[in-house]
This record gives sequence, C-alpha cells and structure tokens, in this order.
Amino acid sequence: MTTKRLMKGNEALGEGAIQAGCGAYFGYPITPQNELTEYMSRRMLEENRVFIQSESELAAINMVFGASVAGARAMTSSSSPGVSLKQEGLSYMAGCELPGLVVNVQRGGPGLGNISGSQADYFQAVKGGGHGDYHLIVLTPGSVQELYEMPALAFSLSEKYRTPAMILTDGILAQMQEPMEAVKIDTTRDENRDWILDGCKGRAPRKIRSLLMEEGALEAHNRHLQDKYNLIKTQEQRYQLINEQAEIMLVAYGISARVCYTAIQEANKKGAKLGLLRPLTVWPFPEKILQELALKVKAFLVVELNAGQMVEDVKLAVNGKTPVHFYGRAGGACVTPGEILKEIEKI
Amino acid sequence: MPKIIIAQNKCKGCELCILTCPKKNIRLSQKMNKKGFHYIEIIDPDKCNACGLCFQVCPDVAIEIWK
Amino acid sequence: MKKLFSKPESLTDTDHKYCPGCGHGIVHRLVAEVIDELGIREKTIGIAPVGCAVFAYDYWNFDVTEASHGRPPAVATGIKRFLPDRVVFTYQGDGDLAAIGMAETIHAANRGENITVIFINNAIYGMTTGQMAPTSLLGMKTTTSPFGRDPKLAGYPIRVGELLSTLEGTTFLARCAVDSAKHVLDAKKAIKKAFEVQLAGKGYSMVEILSQCPPNWKKSVPESLEYVRKEMMSYFPLGVIKDKTKA
Ligand SMILES: Cc1ncc(C[n+]2csc(CCOP(=O)(O)OP(=O)(O)O)c2C)c(N)n1
Ligand code: SF4
Ligand code: SF4
Ligand code: SF4
Ligand SMILES: [Mg+2]
Repeated sequence: MTTKRLMKGNEALGEGAIQAGCGAYFGYPITPQNELTEYMSRRMLEENRVFIQSESELAAINMVFGASVAGARAMTSSSSPGVSLKQEGLSYMAGCELPGLVVNVQRGGPGLGNISGSQADYFQAVKGGGHGDYHLIVLTPGSVQELYEMPALAFSLSEKYRTPAMILTDGILAQMQEPMEAVKIDTTRDENRDWILDGCKGRAPRKIRSLLMEEGALEAHNRHLQDKYNLIKTQEQRYQLINEQAEIMLVAYGISARVCYTAIQEANKKGAKLGLLRPLTVWPFPEKILQELALKVKAFLVVELNAGQMVEDVKLAVNGKTPVHFYGRAGGACVTPGEILKEIEKI
Repeated sequence: MPKIIIAQNKCKGCELCILTCPKKNIRLSQKMNKKGFHYIEIIDPDKCNACGLCFQVCPDVAIEIWK
Repeated sequence: MKKLFSKPESLTDTDHKYCPGCGHGIVHRLVAEVIDELGIREKTIGIAPVGCAVFAYDYWNFDVTEASHGRPPAVATGIKRFLPDRVVFTYQGDGDLAAIGMAETIHAANRGENITVIFINNAIYGMTTGQMAPTSLLGMKTTTSPFGRDPKLAGYPIRVGELLSTLEGTTFLARCAVDSAKHVLDAKKAIKKAFEVQLAGKGYSMVEILSQCPPNWKKSVPESLEYVRKEMMSYFPLGVIKDKTKA
C-alpha cells in the first residue's frame, strides 16, 4: 500500500513521532535540527496536539517533564549544546521514572563547536549525562527510514520501563534526503498508567518526586533503578550484523555505519572478509553479540565521528579476547570509505 | 460557648495566635509537646468569641473551632 | 455544635516540617481552602518547588509533582497544555521563581499560560539556610551579604509583580502578606481570585505573598512580623498590581 517518497531525515523523524502518537512537542531552534522543530510547528497543530517553541532547552525538557507527568507521549529535540542544557531535566525524569523522548542531532563540539554532523556526544548519551546513577535508553537510527520508525520504538520502550529515551543521530543523517516508506507505525501504549497526575478524581492523590530523604530510601530507590537497568540490559540489546563470517568486524552506528557499509562492499568485492556490527541501541550496549564475535573474528575496528568514545564500550565487552582498533575523526569531520580501508590494511 | 480544640502535638509555640487573639485569651502552656515545643492553651474558654483569627494565622493548623 | 474553623480537605494531616511561625504553612492552608471552596480538589495538579516547600506534596491532598529548581512554570506549562481542563498551579519561593527560574517565569507569563502561580517572597533562601535572594532588601544581612545587600555588588530587590505587569500575557497579579489575620484573609481572597481567573480560562495569574522567615532573618516571630510590615511592605507594596478582568 505504501509508496516510497523522498524525505529529509529531520522531517521523517518528526512524522514518525507524530505517527507514534506524540502528544506534545517542545523545542528550541538549533542547527542542524531546525527542520524538525519547524516540521512539528506545523504538523502538531494540524493534528491538534501540543507544540511550543520554548524559551530554552531547559524549559523544553521541563515542559516534557510536565506533559509526561500528565500522561502524554512527550518529546523534545535539539543538537549538542542544547542537549547539554537538557541534562538536568533528564536526571529528574530518570529519578522520577518518567517516560519521554529526547532527540540529539549531534554536531561538532566541544563548546559551540560547529554545525557539522558528529558523534561526539556518545559518552553524554550512554553514561548518564546528568547527575546521579542512571541511564537513558539510547537508539541509533542509520537511515531516513529508521529515523521515521524509531520514535515509536523509543516511546514504547520508554513507557515500558518508565525511563527517558534518546534518539542519538547526527547532522548528516538528519539533513540527508533519501527515499523512505511511510510504513504503518504501531501506536499501542501500555494502558496501565497508574502513576500519572491528571487529578485525583475517584482515586487517592498521587505525587511524583525524586527527593528521598528518609533513612535508606534513596539507596532503595537506586537499587530499584539498577534492577530496572539490568532488566533492560538483558532484554533490549539491539543491533544489525552484516557478514557474520567476517575476519575483521567493523563496529559503527548511525552515519559512520553507513560509511563502513560502503567500505565493506568495496573491500569484499576484492575478496576481503569484512563485516559490520551496527548497534541499534548504544545503551543498552549490544555486548552479548560482541562477546560472541570476540571468539570468532580476528580483530574489531571501531569507527566513530569523534576521538574515540564507543570504542571503550567495545573494549569492555570484548574484554581483551580480540584486538580492538579505532579510527575516527573529531570536530565535525567525516570519515571516508577509503580511510577505513587504509586502516584495515594496517591491521 | 465555643469549643476550641488544640492539636497539642502540631503546635510549635510560635505565638502567632497569641499575638493575634483580640481577647488576649491564649497563652503558652508550661508543658511541652512531643516535638519539644510549649504548646498553647486557652486561658478562659468563656471569653472566646469564636472569631477564628487564631486559626487564620496558625501555620500548623493546630487549632479547630466549634460552636 | 458546628465546626467553624478546621483543616480543609485539601490538606493532609501530615505535620509540616516548617520552622515555628513560618508563612509557608499559612499559605498552604489558604491554597487548600480555596481549592475546597471552588470544588476543584479532584482536578487540581500542583507543582512543588525546590526550596523549603519542597515537601508540599506531603501536605496537600491532591496530585502534586516536584520540579527541578526554578522550572515549575515550564512543568506547569507541559501539564496544562496537555490537560487544559485541569487546574494547574505552581508554588515557588523567591530564589526558585525570581533567580534561577526567572526565564521560565517571564516566558510562562508572557505566553499567558492559563496557570496560577503562588509566589512566596521571604526575601531569603530559606532552605539553604539564609543566603541572599533576588528579593532581599537593600542593606539586608544574609549569609552571602554579610555586610548588608549592596546594590553596587548585588543589584536591587526585584518587584516581580510589577515586572510581570508589563507583559501583555498576564491577567491577574497581586501582592499580599500573612503577617496578620486581616492580611491572611486578604491573601485568601487574592488566591481565590487567581484560581477563578484560571477557571474562567482568562490566563496567567500570580499572587506574591510576603512571608516571614524568622530563623534566617535572625529575628523572633514578633520581630519578623514587624520586619514584614515596616521594611518589606514599604518596598513591596500590598494590593492588586494588575487585573485585566476589570478592564
Ligand atoms: C540547580 C540547583 N541549584 C541550587 C540548589 C540548592 N537550593 C535548594 S533550595 C534553594 C533556594 C531556595 O530559596 P527560595 O526559592 O527562596 O525558597 P525558600 O526556601 O526561601 O522558601 C537553593 C539555592 C538546588 N537544589 N538545585
Ligand atoms: S477564636 Fe478568637 S477569641 Fe477565641 S481564642 Fe481564637 S482569636 Fe481568641
Ligand atoms: S499559631 Fe499555631 S503553632 Fe503557633 S502557637 Fe498558635 S497554635 Fe501553636
Ligand atoms: S527556613 Fe524560613 S522559609 Fe524555611 S521553613 Fe524555616 S521559616 Fe520557613
Ligand atoms: Mg525564599
């Protein structure tokens, strides 16, 4: 039924979120994600849903907090400097166990950096980012098609585990136009939302809080959160594996995975045995498959648009069983298939 | 005669009601409550006119008035 | 016999953790009484601040969420826009509302969000034990203005109501106090009016309440009341600052 059409990454993501039942969007302009906020400003009103251009990213994430408290599928999007401002709100949402979606269309950093696509916010995304012991569920789309489909998954995982989710993409993918299919999006929601605040009619009043001052209460809450994170780790590691039998396995997500894919095709034409492990979740990190691959492949090459961040998680998973190499370019520069093949020759 | 019920363990002895009572009919008790505050007592229940001003200023809702 | 004055239904029976004589407890009760009188307890959602009133969710008998320091107006915006037929209010101190949260305050007001803001101005950071607030009076000694607030160093106390009154988006703004029974009753009227403005869908309402903080002012309760009357009221005059419903 559906036909292919050309769509820009940012817009596909916005439409995917709308199809997934996003009830409230709050955003603040920043390049390279402006098309997303602009798209939402039109489409959310057309759909009779909530759209606000907030006064800052701080306000936007706290509006998400509020809409989530009220039971909405709520979302915000930004790029690196703006996502830094959202960390406070994300920590509170994690502490209060509120679902919600944050999109980071990464650009070069640190500081104001530049507006080129980048993957330099990996640590911030997967290690917590704000204060306290917590994790976000972090999804990494690799095409315009996946940008369209992943908001639904992000919302549903976020609601299932009652913890905020992030879509970690980059300025190149988000600006890219490619054919995509507006497939039907599953919008089923967990109906048991016995924690939202919508007025206490017919029930006891509820409170939402992360402040736990009673003796031992915060430690118990942290234990509960860690149990939840462990459950997510066992159940939700997602990835795509190309050329399982490869001798050298590239590991990359998002835009760098696409460059890797081109490199693999070129190399394999010449008889080399290259494969690609593409994490679709970087938290939880697909460590189980990496542990299995570590027993089969000769070496890993991690490719990122940064100075080497995800490579640390690969090394942790591989645990010294196989050599792990890294190639990356920081500061908004992009790797090329040729550069990757040159690195492979060195191994 | 109005009835004034004082939740002795809620009272913090801040004296706001004492300063407010137009009949000067409230004082601190010699005794202390669980929290270690001298709580209030009504000096002469017959003098109280149930105006409720003591209730209005009490931050701890320690006073209830019936008539 | 009839109960004339007693705990409103919208307050729980939990003992407040506030210091003796603190204005927060009085205002909690006023908000609860107004909510009872308007019959809106079951459709009200409150937002507690970071400040001494952080435990307000333990004291109110309706839905309440926390918010990070200064962000209650943004949280309220998110709730109210998604559930426009609910009653949404924030309860904030001067540090929360007028320092760290001033941007959220001004923009929620400017958007004319249909919410109510209860603003406790005690001219001090109560919870963190007595640092200078944006509303601390000139010359006021606090733990971070040990020589008295000097405008050359720290600027001037902000009159929040007057500041917001210049914004087209604001509908009802008033300043009250809780230093005496009369002022408590006036404050209740203003709070009721503010909620009525919201219920009528008329937009942003804010009631600022001058409130005593005896321990951090290093004053007895009677001295604190005097300070509210003599010093605070002369800089922060009481009354309705703006009422668009009358225009
Ligand atoms: C981001 C952040 N910064 C600082 C603090 C510490 N803090 C807690 S309460 C508070 C000030 C409270 O003062 P106010 O808002 O006037 O409320 P009051 O206690 O006087 O009622 C501060 C600075 C915090 N909790 N979070
Ligand atoms: S009701 Fe009035 S007269 Fe009676 S004790 Fe209270 S303030 Fe005094
Ligand atoms: S005002 Fe309330 S807390 Fe204060 S002394 Fe009177 S009864 Fe006690
Ligand atoms: S420190 Fe001040 S504001 Fe805080 S509870 Fe005590 S009197 Fe109230
Ligand atoms: Mg204060």
